[in-house]
Amino acid sequence: MDSLDGLKAELLAAVTAAADGAALEEFRVAALGKKGRITGLMKQLGSLDPEARKERGAALNQLKDDIAAALDARQTALRAAALAARLEAERIDVSLPIRPEVTGRIHPISQTIDELTAIFADMGFSVAQGPDIEDDFNNFTALNIPPEHPARQMHDTFYLPDAADGTKRVLRTHTSPVQVRTMRSVKPPIRIIAPGRTFRSDYDMTHTPMFHQVEGLVIDEATHMGHLKGCLIEFCRAFFDVDDLPVRFRPSFFPFTEPSAEVDIGCARERGTLKLGNYGDWLEILGCGMVHPKVLEMSGIDSTRYQGFAFGMGIERIAMLKYGIPDLRTFFEADLRWLKHYGFVPLDVPNLAQGLTR
Amino acid sequence: MKFTLSWLKDHLETAADLDTMSRTLTALGLEVDSITDRGTALAPFVVARIVSAEKHPDADRLQVCRVDTGSGIVQVVCGAPNARAGLVGVFAPTGTVIPGTGDLLKAGVIRGVASNGMLCSEREMGLSDEHHGIIELPEATPIGVPFASVVGADDPVIEIGLTPDRADCAGVRGIARDLAAAGLGSLKPVAAPPVAATFTSATGVRFDLPDPAACPLFLGRQIRGVTNGPSPRWLRDRLTAIGLRPISALVDITNYLTFDQARPLHVFDRARLDGDLVVRFARPGETLKALNGKEYRLDDGMTVIADATAIQSLGGVIGGEASGCSEATTDVFVECALFDPIRTATTGRKLMVDSDARYRFERGVDPGAIGEGIEAATRLIVALCGGEAGSVVVTGAPPAWQRTLSLRPDRVLSLGGVDVARAEQVRILNALGFTIIEEGSGPAGSITVAVPSWRGDVQGEADLVEEVLRVWGYDAIPSVPLTRPTALTRPAVTPSQRRADFVRRTLAARGLDEAVTWSFMAAERAALLGPVDPELRLVNPISADLDVMRPSILGNLLAAAGRNADRGIPDLGLFEIGPAYRNATPTGQDLVACGVRTGAAIPRHWAVANRVVDTFDAKADALAALEAAGGPSANVQISADAPDRYHPGRSGSLRLGATVLGWFGEIHPSLRLALGLKGVVVGFEILLNAVPQPRKKPGTAKPALTLSAFQPVSRDFAFVVDRGVDADRLIRAARGADKSLIRDVALFDVYQGPGVAEGRKSLAIAVTLQPADKVLTDADLEAVSGRIVAAVIKATGATLRT
Repeated sequence: MDSLDGLKAELLAAVTAAADGAALEEFRVAALGKKGRITGLMKQLGSLDPEARKERGAALNQLKDDIAAALDARQTALRAAALAARLEAERIDVSLPIRPEVTGRIHPISQTIDELTAIFADMGFSVAQGPDIEDDFNNFTALNIPPEHPARQMHDTFYLPDAADGTKRVLRTHTSPVQVRTMRSVKPPIRIIAPGRTFRSDYDMTHTPMFHQVEGLVIDEATHMGHLKGCLIEFCRAFFDVDDLPVRFRPSFFPFTEPSAEVDIGCARERGTLKLGNYGDWLEILGCGMVHPKVLEMSGIDSTRYQGFAFGMGIERIAMLKYGIPDLRTFFEADLRWLKHYGFVPLDVPNLAQGLTR
Repeated sequence: MKFTLSWLKDHLETAADLDTMSRTLTALGLEVDSITDRGTALAPFVVARIVSAEKHPDADRLQVCRVDTGSGIVQVVCGAPNARAGLVGVFAPTGTVIPGTGDLLKAGVIRGVASNGMLCSEREMGLSDEHHGIIELPEATPIGVPFASVVGADDPVIEIGLTPDRADCAGVRGIARDLAAAGLGSLKPVAAPPVAATFTSATGVRFDLPDPAACPLFLGRQIRGVTNGPSPRWLRDRLTAIGLRPISALVDITNYLTFDQARPLHVFDRARLDGDLVVRFARPGETLKALNGKEYRLDDGMTVIADATAIQSLGGVIGGEASGCSEATTDVFVECALFDPIRTATTGRKLMVDSDARYRFERGVDPGAIGEGIEAATRLIVALCGGEAGSVVVTGAPPAWQRTLSLRPDRVLSLGGVDVARAEQVRILNALGFTIIEEGSGPAGSITVAVPSWRGDVQGEADLVEEVLRVWGYDAIPSVPLTRPTALTRPAVTPSQRRADFVRRTLAARGLDEAVTWSFMAAERAALLGPVDPELRLVNPISADLDVMRPSILGNLLAAAGRNADRGIPDLGLFEIGPAYRNATPTGQDLVACGVRTGAAIPRHWAVANRVVDTFDAKADALAALEAAGGPSANVQISADAPDRYHPGRSGSLRLGATVLGWFGEIHPSLRLALGLKGVVVGFEILLNAVPQPRKKPGTAKPALTLSAFQPVSRDFAFVVDRGVDADRLIRAARGADKSLIRDVALFDVYQGPGVAEGRKSLAIAVTLQPADKVLTDADLEAVSGRIVAAVIKATGATLRT
């Protein structure tokens, strides 16, 4: 009986030599196919005596298994190589830019109004609105601003033609008429803020003919100046995101409040830049006071029973301070470079739970 | 309102330093705008005497001086020709910054001789251009004292921003009174006896006023034998310090009293008056050449003081040049009157005169101190200009200003939020000049006070609370958190506010940048957008391009797009959510979401084909906005009847029955060109108020989700229709063919050209069928296909394309 060792070495060499799947298949047929060499040797087993047949059979089976295993291994290797070659051929330049996609920005005024709303909502306020075109009663008279008041003169107020019934129509010069509308339509307790467009005939470095204000009004039987301070200090610290922001109340004058106050926040002015915080200097940001009894009475609220406070501030002003926007006039120019730079991503919806400012 | 520290101390006995005073003023509501302390810059400079001066050993023009600075003898090398022993001058020690040059003075050695400091010229001090020699002061000037005190520059100037209610603090005395009440010292009494008249004043005054309130009281007084010249140094220094130019003693005295006591006065030169004076209204067209050199044309309703021939003064506003005082004046008539605040303000505003007199009269001059005013003026004139005083000519009577008010002491706590003892409240009111009529006691006992004549602003109890609070200090009011009405935060916005914000963030997420533009625009531009109600035209626009309330936001956004294109940004998307105005009534304002897109929708890119914006970009924006607003975007009907600002063939209206919800489309080329925009512009407007609010559901649960166990099946159909047939009609017909089975109809091809007859087009749709309860058989598919084809043919006159 000739040894199978030589045959095995020959066949294994042939497996290794097979360069691709087709060559390997050709070999498989030549070795293990119906007419293959191992199959041929198997067929000769019948001519052997049982003892020799058993021994020879086992050896041939072993050879057959070894070759089959080598075939499998070779096949796997060849497939991996082929895949690697294909993937290599599919290589692309991943540094190429992505397909164009654009997200717009939210204007700082809208974002600031949403921030104000989030803070004041947490203190129990709701948002009220009123029309931009008002009559002079709501804008002035009902707020204890008599007809001769300088603010009523042509210099500051935009007028529209009188209504058919002689009513003087103005573009509201502040959001305070919303106070009047609210007090006339809602029974106390009242707790509202009213953000919106306001108009004054003034156009220079620090004034634009249209700007935004937010008005606040609290009316009930017990709210006093201590509450006014508490409410606005809380607001200033939350809005400007400075926990120890100093807030100062100074006596001042407004026709529709008594007592009246102006509110300053702490800041530092260094080489043309402004920093908010406990640095010793002060910056005025809003006006406020206890609602004047005459204003309550003119809106049909019993001033011997009800009292409360009101405040008003410029939205652009606080947005400029918070976000370092240097020029008021740029808010209304719709300059795309400005909108992209100072605007907010649309999913950045202000809320106190996640932190007001991203 | 400006004053100096020494001026304040004329009225206030105080030991407080400037810093405390400044903080207290602001805390009282007299906000300090600025404090200019010229003395600080000049502080290092002291008066010094040259003890000896010898020639420098190595320099002909230099001298080595030994200088007595009051605190020691120092050696200074000096090049001034007038330096000599005995000279009293100004010395700057080393370490001083020289105001005239900005240089820091260092100790040095000049040609071998040590020099420690400098003797200064006027130019070095920043006082003048004089630099031929060092300053020479009178020999008697004390050595070692600050130079600033010698030249009157050591008096800090304080400027406060005065609120319009505080007429009394338009005078230094009022400010002193407030500070005294706040505990910063005591108000000095005015010890001033009236000046006895030695003769009867010869000028008469009468009123000829249709409105007696225009000038209720006029006091006049002749003073003769006066000598008008420069005022004394103290008076000139004070006026200069607050920015007034000293003119002559008579004029300076009136200016001084205007600021000292908030008491404007006028002095006529009697030699230049023609007879008696009459206070009357100007007749239209009359003119006055005023003391500021300008000529004013007056009209009816302006209060004037005239003599027999001409108007001599504009009451409460400004005097006339013709009867003004000069160096030659010897005989004067002093006016101390009361003019109506509103009339004075109106006159001043109309003529655009901002005078110190007007400033005070329009706030309200103390009606109780007219008599004291004329006496103060007389005293000063006689003291500074000599002469003798005539009798006081009284015309009219003081208006009734007296009133009493009550303050319940517990109101300071219940309104002001701070507990101030009754006694302290009484003390504060008393210190502010209120006369205590009744102190009261017990819980119900009010404090009753008489309001002083100078506090016209105090009208009610709330005003008295403020008086107590501002003196007690707003800082002392404890801050109290606002109690929450509910444990948890309740929704603060209305559903319509909420959805506007949702639309805003949706549009931004779609790539549009939010703009905020003016509510007004140019009328001629507005007319391009559509008809504008004449009521929306401003009576007094700030400029011709902002003279009408905008009927649509579109105009302003298009203009903004044009400006951006001019800056090199032609591809953009802008939107605004804001008002558009239909009329001037409170309901004539619509909340509109409006957007525009210009230039490339997709820019040139290596992977995607670029394209320009088109109507369907605007339609997508419009539908997204509508959906974000909670509107019925699936049921909305589209009709081709958008307003004229849109391209008539490339635009549509979004409707719900008869209600128009908005428009979209290409902007009309003539509008676009009128606004200077070169390429295609598309836009949309959604009328947010018109979008119906979603019906309030009984709960928060969404409808149950039923999922079919069976595979959906898709079938394609192609129809040929007339070119004028809307695709939407075909899609709706197909969808309606079997509402239970058809889940979706998608139009995937529009074709016209070879193979399709002229005037016709091919529309191809993919219909997705979703069986609910069984697998569809071929027969089922056949049947539903037949229904789809039949429905489409019926609705559109289509033929099935094969």
